[in-house]
Amino acid sequence: MTTIGIPRALGYHRYGTLWETFFDELDIPFLVSPETNQAIQSQGVRHTVDESCLPLKLYMGHAAHLLDKCDALFVPRLERLGPRDEFCVRFWGLPDTVSATFQKAQLLTYELNSGLPGTHERAFLKLGRTLGKHPITTARAYARAQARQREVDFHRFSYARAELQATAPRILLAANPYITYDPYLGGTVARLIAHLGGVPIFTDAWNRTQCRAQAREISTDLYWTLNREMMGAVHQARSQVDGILLLTAFPCGSDCLANELILRRVNDVPVIQILLDEHQSHEGLTTRIESFMDMLEGRRRIG
Amino acid sequence: MKQPRVISFPHMADYAVPLELLFGRLFPHAEIRPAPPITKETAVLGARHSPDFICEPFKYNMGNFIEGLEAGADTLFQTGTGCRYGYYGELQEQILTDLGYDFQFICLNRDGVRPRQVYNTLRTLGSPLTLPRMAGAFAVAVESIRAKDKLADYVRRHGGGNGLEDIYNKFLQALLIADSVPKIFTLMRAHLKQMQDTSQTQPAPPLRVGIVGDLYTVMEPFSNYDLERKLAKRGVSISRRMSVTFLLFGPPNRRTLRQAEGYLRYPVGANGLDSVAQSVSYAKQGFDGVIHAKAFGCTPELNAVPALMNLSRDCDMPILHLSFDTHLSPAGFETRLEAFLDMIEMRRQQRHADTCKSRDGHRFHLHQRRGTR
Repeated sequence: MTTIGIPRALGYHRYGTLWETFFDELDIPFLVSPETNQAIQSQGVRHTVDESCLPLKLYMGHAAHLLDKCDALFVPRLERLGPRDEFCVRFWGLPDTVSATFQKAQLLTYELNSGLPGTHERAFLKLGRTLGKHPITTARAYARAQARQREVDFHRFSYARAELQATAPRILLAANPYITYDPYLGGTVARLIAHLGGVPIFTDAWNRTQCRAQAREISTDLYWTLNREMMGAVHQARSQVDGILLLTAFPCGSDCLANELILRRVNDVPVIQILLDEHQSHEGLTTRIESFMDMLEGRRRIG
Repeated sequence: MKQPRVISFPHMADYAVPLELLFGRLFPHAEIRPAPPITKETAVLGARHSPDFICEPFKYNMGNFIEGLEAGADTLFQTGTGCRYGYYGELQEQILTDLGYDFQFICLNRDGVRPRQVYNTLRTLGSPLTLPRMAGAFAVAVESIRAKDKLADYVRRHGGGNGLEDIYNKFLQALLIADSVPKIFTLMRAHLKQMQDTSQTQPAPPLRVGIVGDLYTVMEPFSNYDLERKLAKRGVSISRRMSVTFLLFGPPNRRTLRQAEGYLRYPVGANGLDSVAQSVSYAKQGFDGVIHAKAFGCTPELNAVPALMNLSRDCDMPILHLSFDTHLSPAGFETRLEAFLDMIEMRRQQRHADTCKSRDGHRFHLHQRRGTR
């Protein structure tokens, strides 16, 4: 029996539950790489072009970690969800980047590229066929997996809404899911905020469909799904939080445009942008978040 | 009387000429004033008002816009299709507004490039042309771009020396007053003939280098530190598929994927796939080397890099990866370029020596033995 390796990075933080449940339902053994750590990061840095973005470096680190522990790497190619809903081109090139870097690796992939309704279903049916499963079994597995993913998403959403009622300074952590949910990146920041007495709230927890529609209130032209969802969540939450923390990784191409627009157009809440890279020092991060929290505290006392 | 509109647009290589031609026809009552030529100041000015690690073209465009507005423009033109370029417009408009400029921003971005919409936009801006006449104006512009690209390609292939560049510049001057497709065509034929007469057959076959990479960096000489002219000075014959003609009429991804021969299996955004497919064809044609030029952080081109590295190793063809940003030092760049050219030249001599050896190996062999003793 072949074991499938799922790197815990990029797409995993959005579709992780879906993938895991899908393989579970089909009785296919899989292995998810451990949470990002220093060793995985340095592995990733070794396997990528130096000017690649940090999330890709981490992805390659995870892939390298799984390489000799599984028979095939699961590297989906997420291109678009709709005509105006694209993923960053980083996701487009992921299977090619992985197979060019690790030439011996077996790849298992599915493609979201037409942007038409039902793309997801078709992609997974095709994936099931590659795995040698009956279409009905696959369809059932996919339906269960999707229901499970929805459940998790809804749980996150209701949790975030509950957090909005908190009395402590509420800080909206605006970032792509692969930064937010990576304990090494967003996790560090969220822990810091909690440690300093604040309540971190994730933009990715918001209802995605609603967010994509609401993003228009801030930007009309944006076509990157993840950034649109983030922007929509920022718009919905801006009146209910005390501060917004834009978290991005060096050098993220879509964030640097979208965040700049948020910085220029969201003027009713304090906004800070923090940039993460592989040379990040914990002290520097602490100082900046501390001073931001102090500033929020000061504003509260006055207002 | 109402002041005439002053239209300005950013630069990319010498495409200001056909654009000026186009806008002149679309808005006969307006003044067309392309942004002042790109200088070091433009780059600094643009970088100051741009997000930190945005790609280079954004910064140059930004500098162009500010200088254009300072020079009196009140209408700015920007397009936007492709990777990040599609999102330039909205942010640039916001930044310029924040800087306190008063202007109108025409942005033909993804949603705005449908013919009907273009027509409506242009009419509201005060173009008196009917739809067929407008289509005619676009046809002339496209033809002039094609003619320009064809001649520029000839100049590049023949090393740019022998006064070829002068003929090319004369052609650009003449292009400004050409007003119909046949006229442009005859103009192009005449100048091409002139070029062919001027360029003599070179004594030795020159080094052949292909240039691939992201569209702006590859085309705009200021952003690639005059890469092509530097190569031409060494007498290198350059092949570069990328041009506006290529962007408009290039092959569809399906065909390009086939040409990439398995080095890439999916499109990787913008022109990443083209870079790989073109490099494969250069390798097949036995080019001495390929230069892969991109703006720092250009994701589609970064996606292509691992594939290019594999190609370079498999086909034994050197590929120089250059990443341009405003902090690159010209001296460092020149050193790397010179080292690359020296290396491919030595490789060629080595190959030449190898073929000589195999042709009359006996004599050569003896001679060598004597030498070593």
